[in-house]
Amino acid sequence: MIEERFDAIVVGAGMAGNAAALTMAQRGMKVLQLERGEYSGSKNVQGAILYADMLEKLIPDFREEAPLERHLVEQRFWMLDDKSHVGLHYKSDDFNEEKPNRYTIIRAQFDKWFSSKVKEAGATVLCETTVTELAQDAYGKVIGVKTDRRDGEIHADVVVLAEGVNGLLGTRAGLRERPKPENVALAVKEMHFLPRETIEARFNLKGDEGAVIEAAGTISRGMTGMGFIYSNKECISLGIGCLVSDFQKTGETPYGLLERFKQHPSVAPLIEGSEVKEYSAHLIPEGGYNAIPQLCGDGWVVVGDAAQLNNAIHREGSNLAMTSGRIAAEAIFQVKSRRDPMTKENLALYKKMLEESFVIKDLKKYKDMPALLHNQSQNFFLTYPQLVSKAMQNFVRVDGTPKKEKESSMLRSFVSARSWTGLFGDAFKFARAWR
Amino acid sequence: MSTEVAVRVEDKLFYNRYQVDPGRAHIKVRPHTTPSPQLKALLKACPARCYELNDSGQVEITVDGCIECGTCRVIGEASGDIEWSYPRGGYGVLFKFG
Repeated sequence: MIEERFDAIVVGAGMAGNAAALTMAQRGMKVLQLERGEYSGSKNVQGAILYADMLEKLIPDFREEAPLERHLVEQRFWMLDDKSHVGLHYKSDDFNEEKPNRYTIIRAQFDKWFSSKVKEAGATVLCETTVTELAQDAYGKVIGVKTDRRDGEIHADVVVLAEGVNGLLGTRAGLRERPKPENVALAVKEMHFLPRETIEARFNLKGDEGAVIEAAGTISRGMTGMGFIYSNKECISLGIGCLVSDFQKTGETPYGLLERFKQHPSVAPLIEGSEVKEYSAHLIPEGGYNAIPQLCGDGWVVVGDAAQLNNAIHREGSNLAMTSGRIAAEAIFQVKSRRDPMTKENLALYKKMLEESFVIKDLKKYKDMPALLHNQSQNFFLTYPQLVSKAMQNFVRVDGTPKKEKESSMLRSFVSARSWTGLFGDAFKFARAWR
Repeated sequence: MSTEVAVRVEDKLFYNRYQVDPGRAHIKVRPHTTPSPQLKALLKACPARCYELNDSGQVEITVDGCIECGTCRVIGEASGDIEWSYPRGGYGVLFKFG
């Protein structure tokens, strides 16, 4: 056993773990952070979009040195059928501001930098170390961790579980359940390299401006899922994700979906001639508010993806991770400052502070959305996209059919596919879940 | 686009870097004679196609190309079909971009 004792041990060096370790180290706490990768970031996978506001709270001048890719000036939502897309695009010069709000990033590079700030703040960061188990006393209180290193048991007053969506420790210790197939999506992604001028020309961008495309429709073959295309400086992150339970039911393959997405006529020209340099996969928490586990207990708190803190509707995760890590650290620091023990009751301050933040408020707002989209995936991801595409084509194609006839045939196609009750029911349920 | 797309997953994995830990597979399949529905689902759902049917009809795993996403854990650990751990520190997939 390592004799040295820490105020806190943070397991994992993703967004949540780094935010927690940094915040506690900045407040003078003795922090040990453990990461199984060869460096912080080497096991981390995300789209990825960084939200500036949440990072600014931790590192106000991050723009001066963080490895950022492009600041986003355009968001495109696409509804796809096999040959077409119907799009909603929003591009604004307002986003070319002094302190942009969103950036694309490359996680392995960004996290390495983020970790350097954690070390600068005084935390000890130990990589290439897999935590195998939580160390618990006879009463079940978490007193530290066991690692795969020789004499690998290390003790601390509190353990911050930032072990990611597929975190094993909490489940092994019986603190939370393993994620269910219907509460996580599997996303696969490729990094497509192209000269930066080519990317700027294809996405209609100037300088470091960036654009993101999010696409849903027949590409997910009736499963609940979504594709994404993010422009980085010299590469494009392209991927697609669907619920694990849907993969399980349909027997679709993730790489098959990815290939079809790449071959879609609206997508293929964007990546034509690119060189692929990596293929990755990751789970995304999709269960929302109802899937959030117990957030703290005697000697432990759980943050980020490990706590299922992900807003699937707005596709926000890393900011919820960062914020939950920071808030957990602030709560721990308050408990420590009062010289109180790290009990479940005292650590419940973290839960209370999180409930007052946007993290839980946003997840609560959409608490019924996962069930709606998951149960009706055929309608929302297959039937409607096809109907809308047909309607658009009908609208723009000029073929001598009187407009009145066109309109009634459009309406008929919607009603015959979903019936009036179905259409109104879907609209009502969607509006209620959105509220 | 309704036609099946031929994909060679091995070609995709070839882009990646790995530090393989010989003789220490981090995922194990429970010995079986006939594969359960969960094990059969893994043949398709694993994004690295680590799971294959052997000649006598059992599901086998080769972890060398694993990208450590956890999909198989979510599908197959609860039923006891597979055992899932992370590779030892420093081993496994080494993402350059992530």
